[in-house]
Amino acid sequence: MTRTGRAADPLGRPPLLLLAPAVVALLLLVVPLVAMLAAIDWASLPDDLASAPLRRALWLSLTTSTAAMLVSLLLGLPVAWLLARVQFRGRGLVRVLVTVPMVLPPVVAGVALRSAFGRTGLVGAPLLDATGFAFPFTAWGVVLAHVFVSMPFVVLAIEGALRTADPELDGAAATLGATRWTTFRRVTVPLALPGIVAGMVLGWARSLGEFGATITFNGNYPGRTQTMPTLIYVTRQSDQDAALALSLVMLVVSVAVLVLLRGRWLGTP
Amino acid sequence: MTPHRSAARRITLAATAVLLSASLAACGSEDDAGDTSSDGAGDGAGTLTVLAAASLTDVFADLATQFEADHEGSTVEFSFGSSTDLAEQVADGAPGDVLATADETSMTLAEDADVTGDIETFATNVLTIVTPAGNPAGIESLDDLDGATWVRCADEAPCGKVAAAVLADNDITAEPASLEEDVRSTLDKVVSGEADAGLVYATDAVAAGDEVTAVPIPGADSEVTSYFTTVLDQSEDADLAQEWVDFVVSDDGQAILETAGFGAP
Repeated sequence: MTRTGRAADPLGRPPLLLLAPAVVALLLLVVPLVAMLAAIDWASLPDDLASAPLRRALWLSLTTSTAAMLVSLLLGLPVAWLLARVQFRGRGLVRVLVTVPMVLPPVVAGVALRSAFGRTGLVGAPLLDATGFAFPFTAWGVVLAHVFVSMPFVVLAIEGALRTADPELDGAAATLGATRWTTFRRVTVPLALPGIVAGMVLGWARSLGEFGATITFNGNYPGRTQTMPTLIYVTRQSDQDAALALSLVMLVVSVAVLVLLRGRWLGTP
Repeated sequence: MTPHRSAARRITLAATAVLLSASLAACGSEDDAGDTSSDGAGDGAGTLTVLAAASLTDVFADLATQFEADHEGSTVEFSFGSSTDLAEQVADGAPGDVLATADETSMTLAEDADVTGDIETFATNVLTIVTPAGNPAGIESLDDLDGATWVRCADEAPCGKVAAAVLADNDITAEPASLEEDVRSTLDKVVSGEADAGLVYATDAVAAGDEVTAVPIPGADSEVTSYFTTVLDQSEDADLAQEWVDFVVSDDGQAILETAGFGAP
């Protein structure tokens, strides 16, 4: 801290060549959101916000995103641990496979999910035969789509946290007689906890914004598969003011998440 | 700040960057079709951009083949989507030469924004039930939708308005599994086998061919949907655009529309 404070002056003023694009970048990020706020019809806002579809969609979005986050943690934490702590052949390949859904266009993710878990899908058809249950058009399908697109973020964020935690401490625990499971539970996870929480929130936020895979795989029905982004998408076709009001809700939720993360993301280095 | 915290933050930020670029890539594809504007060349040569309702996807491709053969050097490009979406885009000044909608409401939306020329009606369509090929769930009428997994368009889309009217006419209260954003995504849910049945236009059933089985709805012609088209003010080649509209309403154009299952205006 003191070193950077002293160094600031001798280094001179920040060059315009860096300042100018930085200002443009900030404007690019902020102007659309400010313009959206300016376009909101504040008079009709209370009515728009009191609508039953909004309540149902917001509730569905929050519950499915939270369920997806828990599933991603339960399944993703072990994957992250394997990637960070265990030497095995094909580790690089596993990491690539985990990353693929992250860079896939969401609509492709939806088509892929349908091929696997649709009623005629590779896994979905036998599942339907055996249990009578099918994922599409259900809230479970929404959770499945959310897990598919958000788990990579959870895994990679947690892996990063595990990697930077000192593995020597795992070794120390082992020499003291701890089994690998005890070490994982009592040493590895507590040390990486901030990173794990960050990964969970990142995954949750990705789920909350998920649209393409969900609508392709699950369609759109109020209370069952209509999440906030889907509701905004269909509302926009008939009522711009209501769509803006819904967008405001999403903006408020997103900012709330950022405030929760303030210590990690917005704090000074 | 300890090294492990800043490293964790780096990872998190990198993941965020990937997240953002992934969503950008997804959004980009939606607008690609609208980016092409005509090059302004007259006399039958040039590129036309036609913004058309999703239900016109196949027949307009056939019309374009014929039009391009008749107008040497011309190319017709399309942006297909929900009529309402397209009307909103052109009202906001999206580039394009011709707009064709599957209802009057969305055309009025464009008209109110003062971006339309003369508006002509060029075809009609009726609703039908489609099922996956062979009708595995045995859907024989609207009454059989009760208890089945079926889909229709959302009320915001023209096909949804017609579907709601047809269902009301027949006192059907069965709830769909999904309200799709346009007729082609409704058809898609049936073709892929995810839904037992869907309500689409008769022409979509023709376009899907062997992939679906059509089950006509008795009395569906009491809720006929009409198609409207116009040259757009923002057209950079209004003459060629007008020739396209004239071709669509001509005998040759109407014959192609009839083959695809459309009714006369």
